[in-house]
Amino acid sequence: MTDMATGTPLSRVDGLLKVTGGADYAADHNPPGLLHAVLVTSTVSRATITGIDTAKARALPGVADVITDFGGVKLPFPAGEISFFGQPVAIALAGTLQQAQHAASVVAVRVTEKPAVTSMDDRQAIAVPSEEVADYARGDADAALKAGPIVLDNSFTVARENHNPMELPATVAQWSGDELTVWDKTQWVQGTGKHIAAALDVPESSVRVICPFIGGAFGSAGRTWPHQVLAAYAARRVKRPVKLVLTRKQMYSGVGYRPESRQRLALAAGADGRITGIVHELKTETARYEAYSEDAAELPKMLYTSPNVRSTYRLVPVDVSAGTFMRGPGFVTGAFALESTLDELAERVDIDPVELRLRNVADRNQITGTPFTQERFADCLRRGAEAFGWARRRPPKARREGNLLIGMGMASAAHPNYMSAASAVARINADGTAVVASATADMGPGTATAMSQLAADGLGLPVAKVRAMLGDSTLPTAPMHAGSATLASIGSAVHTASVAVRDAVVRMAVLDPASPLYQADPATVTVHNGVMSAPGHGSERYGDVLRRHGKDSIDSTQTWKPGDGKKASSYEFGAVFAEVSVDIRLGLVRIRRMRGVYDIGRVVNPKLAHSQAIGGLVGGIGMALLESTARDHRDGRIVNANMADYLVPVHADVPDLEAEFLDGADTASTPIGVKGAAELVIIGVPAAIANAVYNATGVRVRDLPITLDKLL
Amino acid sequence: MAQGTPESDRSLTLTRRQFVGAVTTTAGLATTGGSASATEDGVPVSLTVNGKHHAVVVDARTSLLDLLREDLQLTGTHKGCDQGACGACTVLLDGRRINSCLTLAVMHDGAELTTIEGLAEGGELHPLQRAFIDTDAFQCGYCTAGQIMSGVGCIREGHCGSGTEIREWMSGNICRCGAYQNIVAAVQQAAKES
Repeated sequence: MTDMATGTPLSRVDGLLKVTGGADYAADHNPPGLLHAVLVTSTVSRATITGIDTAKARALPGVADVITDFGGVKLPFPAGEISFFGQPVAIALAGTLQQAQHAASVVAVRVTEKPAVTSMDDRQAIAVPSEEVADYARGDADAALKAGPIVLDNSFTVARENHNPMELPATVAQWSGDELTVWDKTQWVQGTGKHIAAALDVPESSVRVICPFIGGAFGSAGRTWPHQVLAAYAARRVKRPVKLVLTRKQMYSGVGYRPESRQRLALAAGADGRITGIVHELKTETARYEAYSEDAAELPKMLYTSPNVRSTYRLVPVDVSAGTFMRGPGFVTGAFALESTLDELAERVDIDPVELRLRNVADRNQITGTPFTQERFADCLRRGAEAFGWARRRPPKARREGNLLIGMGMASAAHPNYMSAASAVARINADGTAVVASATADMGPGTATAMSQLAADGLGLPVAKVRAMLGDSTLPTAPMHAGSATLASIGSAVHTASVAVRDAVVRMAVLDPASPLYQADPATVTVHNGVMSAPGHGSERYGDVLRRHGKDSIDSTQTWKPGDGKKASSYEFGAVFAEVSVDIRLGLVRIRRMRGVYDIGRVVNPKLAHSQAIGGLVGGIGMALLESTARDHRDGRIVNANMADYLVPVHADVPDLEAEFLDGADTASTPIGVKGAAELVIIGVPAAIANAVYNATGVRVRDLPITLDKLL
Repeated sequence: MAQGTPESDRSLTLTRRQFVGAVTTTAGLATTGGSASATEDGVPVSLTVNGKHHAVVVDARTSLLDLLREDLQLTGTHKGCDQGACGACTVLLDGRRINSCLTLAVMHDGAELTTIEGLAEGGELHPLQRAFIDTDAFQCGYCTAGQIMSGVGCIREGHCGSGTEIREWMSGNICRCGAYQNIVAAVQQAAKES
């Protein structure tokens, strides 16, 4: 079929809702009888609560309750204790938001403070092994470092970052008898339902979670946080629907962050630029009450051929809130150290940075030893260099325009193509329309649009006739909308279910003496615009055969499972190129242009994939140049917990960016040939920018973000 | 950014205690209609939103944003930071763009507001709404209402001479998904049509 929906730059199916204010986000729900809930949070990092005075708050007009006793709720931190600055300690409930805010502001929490350590660099902060990321070694990396001849051995730091999606975390909880309905901001409706059910000790089946739209999340709405549980708990206590929206300030300690990290990356190489050894020692901060590790060790072990590698990952538990995955978790952090080091190596051995990487590109996963399902890493590097005009790059500090130093840098990107078992239902209606549904989510990439396109092709229907549904825990089982896994997983399930229901109708037709397709070979039947036809036979619509059988619709629910990955390693690759200017008087770095070239398998929607890719570049610009969660370690307070002082890229920071995708489907990974993109597109960005800053100025910055003080 | 209307100037003379109390001491808050006065339930405000007249009694502490979202159920305008730093809540107040979280509802008695719900006319999308869909000027859609209302303001102000100028004058509206270049393209496209 030439008119496939897959591969076309279709505009978003929910675009009209988003431009008219019709898309309903969690906080937009106002059920009758609603109470507004506002959290009271701790203002110390470690303490025992000795009392909470609510009398003043309770006396205010409109206040329904002030809950200070979270007994009977399972929360990740110990009851009666304060484990971090910003921990929820009470909930004020009132008829209006203003009343609830005022009530929360006058709740007095009495505590006995204990000594707290909130900095991972504090002498009292002790590093412990990660239970999730084991130490790793192949060959003898330390011997390789001794042997040289080229050795680079440097430390890298990355500041803590907060996701800062535009949408505030919000939960509206409504009980009807023992049944709970939650309109929530979550990347995983079913996971949140399970979590709330377990935390409140009610059956999973009694909790329904609904989230058709997410106003961005980047990982922050993946796991279920205390405020989501507390909203449901409060609603049960007061027997009224409750809306709880975190403030922007509360987000900084309430929904995780990319942990601050310290890395030592030492690399040995020959004069020909071939890597002979890598030592990677990594530490990240974590909460004392809950360990969070991330995959920052993966790329230095996996990406390049090096016979000798040693890698260790340590966690540093301190009195802070829990971290969580943020776009490109771990990979972007590890890539910053690795790709900065390769840039240094290129200069030391006087080999072009692109050529240096080509010399070290691995044809198989260096950890597992298995070949890649599709290996176009080198193609990304070559294509990127050509399209960007990399050949015009000059030696460091060689390009100047007035007060601006101009430089170019590049970096590699790679990320595993994570996939999970996923289910979807596809339904063909007799009126010629169809519905596909799964309990997945769409925080922005365009899940619903891609589902519609894949379903349209699987069903043989125009995409306008297909409606995609998601974001409801009662729909077929879906994994968390995270880890770049959604399209590969859900898309494969949608494809499988769509083909299954198409085949079911085709079978009905070929077995039906009243059908023009009677006794046709089902394998020869094609469906186009909802019309089934076969060579030597007539044709008829889906609806014709369904109506003869007295059916309004027919559906099929299918579960797709990924392979075990033992024979081949499924990975996404990319290369990122950046050109920056640095004002020599101010140390101010500006992005002049960037290009990412990616291998993500088949691109279902080039328009939306491009948006996702430039979004990753923008996120990477923030990480490289702006973002840092600043804390006062005297009390653990986050001092820039607002969008005026925590800087993210704005319009004026971002020029037109370029992203392109190599042609081709990776059908060894998924039946639809799709691999993930969301993480990949941020991974090489900070390193590419740091390398461009070096090329411009001759100053190597190994601490993110690259603020002007580091260049003056 | 808010323009000072005579009404808002007068309401600004209220003390903080009077605002918080909002009970009997608000006699100084003359309304343009001249008939309503503050009661124990709050302060009467009448304004026109998307051509529709609303007469409501609000808690004096209510921001214009919360009035729209919680009282008038116009939830298309979003709260991103509630501190005037992100632009997600941008609406047009008497034709000018304003962060609705950063101003109190009682300061705008008699005002005319346009929100994202009122931008389309007669079922026809505003050119900028169409342009946003065409250029894919969003991902998650949460900042979109603010970007579009701000973009309409930007076009009316005549700040669309170049991509650089649009970027400068749209920098109060953050898009964390990073759709900036597509937003700029949409504003340029709509500016040409207007």
